[in-house]
Amino acid sequence: MLEQLIPALRATVVLGVLTGLVFPLLMTALCQLLLPYEANGSLVRHKDGHIIGSTLIGQQFASPQYFHGRPSAAGSGYSGEASAGSNLGPTSARLIVGQQDNPTTAGVDESFAGVKQLADAYRKENLLSAQDRVPVDAVTRSGSGLDPHISPENAMLQARRVASARALPLREVAALVEQHTQGRQLGFLGEPRVNVLELNLALDEIKR
Amino acid sequence: MTIAGWLQIATYCLVLLILTRPTGLYITRVMETGGSPLEPALGPLERLIYRLAGVDADKEMRWTGYALALLAFSMISMLFTYALLRLQGFLPLNPMGFSTPSAPAWATAMTADLAFNTAASFTTNTNWQSYSGEGTMSYLSQMLALALHNWVSAAAGMGAAMALIRGFARHSADTVGNFFRDLVRCSLYILFPICFFYTLFLVWQGSIQNFAPYTVAITLEGAKQIIPQGPLASQEAIKMLGINGGGFLNANSAHPFENPTPLSNFIEMLSIFILPAGLTYTFGKLVKDTRQGWALLAAMFALFLAGVAVCYHFEAAGNPLMARQGVEISTAGLGDLGGNMEGKEVRFGLANSALFATITTCASCGAVNCMHDSLTPMGGLVPLINIQLGEIVFGGVGSGLYGMLVFAVLTVFIAGLMVGRTPEYVGKKIEQKDVKMAMLFVLAGSFSTLVLTALSSVLELPAGSPLNPPGATWHNVNNAAAHGFSEILYSFSSCTGNNGSAFAGLTSNTPFYNVTLGLATLIGRFIMMIPAIALAGSLVAKKYVPASSGTFPTHGWLFVVLLIAVILIVGALTFFPALTLGPVVEHFLMHCGRLF
Repeated sequence: MLEQLIPALRATVVLGVLTGLVFPLLMTALCQLLLPYEANGSLVRHKDGHIIGSTLIGQQFASPQYFHGRPSAAGSGYSGEASAGSNLGPTSARLIVGQQDNPTTAGVDESFAGVKQLADAYRKENLLSAQDRVPVDAVTRSGSGLDPHISPENAMLQARRVASARALPLREVAALVEQHTQGRQLGFLGEPRVNVLELNLALDEIKR
Repeated sequence: MTIAGWLQIATYCLVLLILTRPTGLYITRVMETGGSPLEPALGPLERLIYRLAGVDADKEMRWTGYALALLAFSMISMLFTYALLRLQGFLPLNPMGFSTPSAPAWATAMTADLAFNTAASFTTNTNWQSYSGEGTMSYLSQMLALALHNWVSAAAGMGAAMALIRGFARHSADTVGNFFRDLVRCSLYILFPICFFYTLFLVWQGSIQNFAPYTVAITLEGAKQIIPQGPLASQEAIKMLGINGGGFLNANSAHPFENPTPLSNFIEMLSIFILPAGLTYTFGKLVKDTRQGWALLAAMFALFLAGVAVCYHFEAAGNPLMARQGVEISTAGLGDLGGNMEGKEVRFGLANSALFATITTCASCGAVNCMHDSLTPMGGLVPLINIQLGEIVFGGVGSGLYGMLVFAVLTVFIAGLMVGRTPEYVGKKIEQKDVKMAMLFVLAGSFSTLVLTALSSVLELPAGSPLNPPGATWHNVNNAAAHGFSEILYSFSSCTGNNGSAFAGLTSNTPFYNVTLGLATLIGRFIMMIPAIALAGSLVAKKYVPASSGTFPTHGWLFVVLLIAVILIVGALTFFPALTLGPVVEHFLMHCGRLF
C-alpha cells in the first residue's frame, strides 16, 4: 500500500505547486502587466478619486433621476459580496405574487416583491397605464443579482421619467439611450443591451 | 425562439465540429503516439515532475495497478484539500480573513462537513458547492485546494478513458498504460497551453486576476458596494476546460467577472465540449477506424441538439403566470430578452442561456450562466435528464467517453441478443464479464441518485437537529410542492453524475446534505470509473476478431440509432417515475395557473 501512497503524495505536492501556485502567480503577473484595468475589476473612479463601482457590476438605483437596473436577489440588492439569483421556480407564489412581512416574527423581514408588485411599481414610476405591458427583464431577477444591463425596450420606457426628473428634453435622453445601446458582439453574439451605470454616468455629465 | 438565437446555436455547433478532428489528433499525439510540438519546450519539466514525484512513467500498468494508482492519488489529494480548507484561517493569501476572528459578518464558516463535501466534490470533478466562493474561500484555498483538482481530476478522467481506449486498441496484451504518465502529460501538454491563452483572453474580456482585498465602492447614489477580487481568471479557464464547473464566485458563470461578455460565454461553452468531442476522434484513430469515433459523436450530437431545442423552446415560451401580471414575455416583441428571464442575464438572453444549460449538463461541467432552479419546468427537465443519462453526452474529460463506450458495449450486447450471436465491438468479443462491468456502471449511478433522493424526501428530523438544523430533510427546499422535490432530485442527480450544477434553492450546507451529497460524488466517480478500468483490463487481454459478414457494423446510422435508443430506454426506465413527480407535474400545474 505504501508503494502506492508515497508517489501519490509526492505527485500531489508537485502538481499542487505547479497548478495551484506557479500557474496563478504567473498569470497574475502577466495580466497585471498587460491588462491592468481589466485584471483589477474595470473600476470607475469619481473625479474626486473615490471608486464608484465597476462597469461590469450592476448597482442599485432608486432615484427617479437615474435609469434603474433589474431587480436583484444579491443580498439586500446588488450586494457584491453575495452574488445570487432568486432560485424561485416558475410556480412559486413568492416569485409571482410576492410575500408580505409576517408581523408575528419580529426582527425577520419576510416581505418580498413578486412580479406583480414589481410590475405595478414599474408602471407607476414610469407613468404607464394599467394596460401597458412591462418588459420581462424589468420584473425578473438576474442569475448573478449583479446584471449590469437592461434591455433597450426597458431603457426607453424609463427615458420619459428620467427626462422629466432632470428637466431635460425627452429627445436628448432617448438619444443618450440609443448611444449607449450595445449591439451584438461581433455582430451576432449575445443580445442588444444597455449598461445602466455607464448610461447614468453619461446623464450626470449632461447635467454639469 | 428567434433566428438570431438559432444562428448563435448553429455557429457554436459548426465551430465545435470543425475543431473536433484537430483536437482529437492532438490528444492522440500527446497521450499515445508522442510528438507534441511542445515536447522540446516542456519535456524537461515533464521529466522533472516524474523525478520529484518518484515515479517511473515508462512502466506500463495492468488495470489493477492503474486503478490503484488512481485511487491512491485521489485519496491523498482529497485529504490534502480537506486539510488546506480546514486550516485556511492560519494560511497566507487570505486578505478577507475567512475562518479567522476578523472574518466579515457575511462570511460562512468552514466546518468539517463542508470541507468534506467540498474536498470530495472537487476530487471527483463534480464541483458541487455548498458554499459561496466570495463569502467562504481564501485565495489560497481557491488556487491550491480547489483549482489543483480542476486540473488533476480532469487529467485523471482523461487517463481512465485512455485506459479503456487502449483496452480496445491493444490486442492480447495485459497493460493499459501508466497512470502518472497520463496524468502529467494531459496536464502539461493539453490543459496548460490552452489555459495559458484562455486566461489572458478572459481578462481581456473583463475577468479579474489579482490578489487585492475586496474593493469598497461608493455608488452613484451614495451606497456602499463591496466588489470581490481575486485570482479568478486563471481558475475560470481550467474550471471550464477541465469540465469542473466550480465557480470562484457564487453566481458562477452568470457573474459578470466570471463571464463578462457574449464572446467569453461562447468560448466558455466551446471549452466545455472541446476535449470530449476530440476524444471521440482519438478513440476512432486508435482503434484504426475513425468512423467508429464519428458514430459516437453523432449519437452525442443528436441527444445534445434535442436537448437544446426543447430547453430553448420552453424558455422562449416563458411563464404564463408572469404574462398574466401584465408582463410582456413574447419573443416576437422582445427577441431573446423575452420569455422566461428569471435567473438569466441580459447580455446572454434566452438562446445562450438555454444552450449553456444544455451544454453544461450534457457535459459533466455544472458551471451555469443562468439559474437552473428558475428555468421553466420543461426547460429545467432538460438539464435534469442530461445528468441522469449518466453524463455520457460529451460528458466529463474522459469520463464522458468511457461512459459512452460502456453504453456502446451494452448496445452491441443487446443487438447480439436479438440475433443470437456473440456481440463484438471494434474487433473485441464482448463477453459475460464485460457486460457485468457495464451493468455495474449503470446501476451504481441510478442507485445512488434514487435511494438518496428518496431518503431525503422522507427523513424526519427534529427542528434544530445538529444533523440538519431546518429539521426534516425536505424542509431545506426553497420552493414548495413539485418544484421542491425537483430541487432534491436534482441535487443527488448532479452529485452522482459528477455534474455539480444545482437547483440552487436547496439549503445544502448542513451536515446531512454535505455528507450524503459528498458520498454521492464519490460513488458517482469511483464506483463508475473502476468498472470502466476493469473493462479495459478484460478487453486488452482479448485477441482481435476481424469483422466478418455476421458482424454488426458499429459505424453506421443503424448503430447510432440503436445506441441512442439504449441510452434513452435505460435512462427513461430508471428515472421517468421520479421525473413525473417533479418537472412534468409542475409543467401541467403551471398551465393550470397554480401557485405554491
